Amino acid sequence: MAVEIRLPTLLRPHADGAPSVTAEGDTVGAVFSDLTERFPGLSGQLVDAGGALHKFVNVYLNDDDIRYLDALDTKVDEGDVVSILPAVAGG
Amino acid sequence: MSGFALPLLRLTASQYQRVVGHCYHGLPDEACGLLVGPVAGGEATGAVSGVYPARNADASSRTYTVDGKDFLRASREAEARGHEIVGVWHSHTHTDAYPSPTDVRQAVDPMWVYVIVSLRDEAPTLRAFRIRDGAIAECQVVLEAG
Ligand SMILES: [Zn+2]
Repeated sequence: MAVEIRLPTLLRPHADGAPSVTAEGDTVGAVFSDLTERFPGLSGQLVDAGGALHKFVNVYLNDDDIRYLDALDTKVDEGDVVSILPAVAGG
Repeated sequence: MSGFALPLLRLTASQYQRVVGHCYHGLPDEACGLLVGPVAGGEATGAVSGVYPARNADASSRTYTVDGKDFLRASREAEARGHEIVGVWHSHTHTDAYPSPTDVRQAVDPMWVYVIVSLRDEAPTLRAFRIRDGAIAECQVVLEAG
């Protein structure tokens, strides 16, 4: 399954500057593994040491926050768009 | 300071009104939103093509978190213009328009402009900053007609 992954400006330097890249996999987690294999600079930015989605990013499958789906186990289909967004917060 | 040029943040009067109005509208909670504009050489230029009010997912008077869906929407609009998210704004309801330690610790993107609107006094105060490697640098803000 090939999906498009849209990267925030912050992470693009780790992916040769590209705003979006294509990766393969059946789930969001598998797609991220494919992505970090090709762009090792992204590892540790998406998934934390415990294997969960990093709390500093929000990930949308098309229009839906994957935290409210099956998180990294969320299934993807050909042509889906996965958007990685920074979690923006302060006080 | 290893010289990184600070952008001059340019807001139109209507963008300024929209930002400040959204901050008042959010009271008693902090309010937040995003700035969209062009990027050159990996840096925000200070030009702003759009301001996007967002929901404060924390619904708090002490902290803010930009609602993820609102971020997604703003980033799509940015992309449609060939622009990027170039900054975030939020209000301080009872303190200065200056980054708090939390703001510095949680700053996301070193190329962004961080706008803070203080509502503490009778008149609002809007200031803009770069936050990079824990260091705060103030950007000048220019209000333009429009
Ligand atoms: Zn703040």
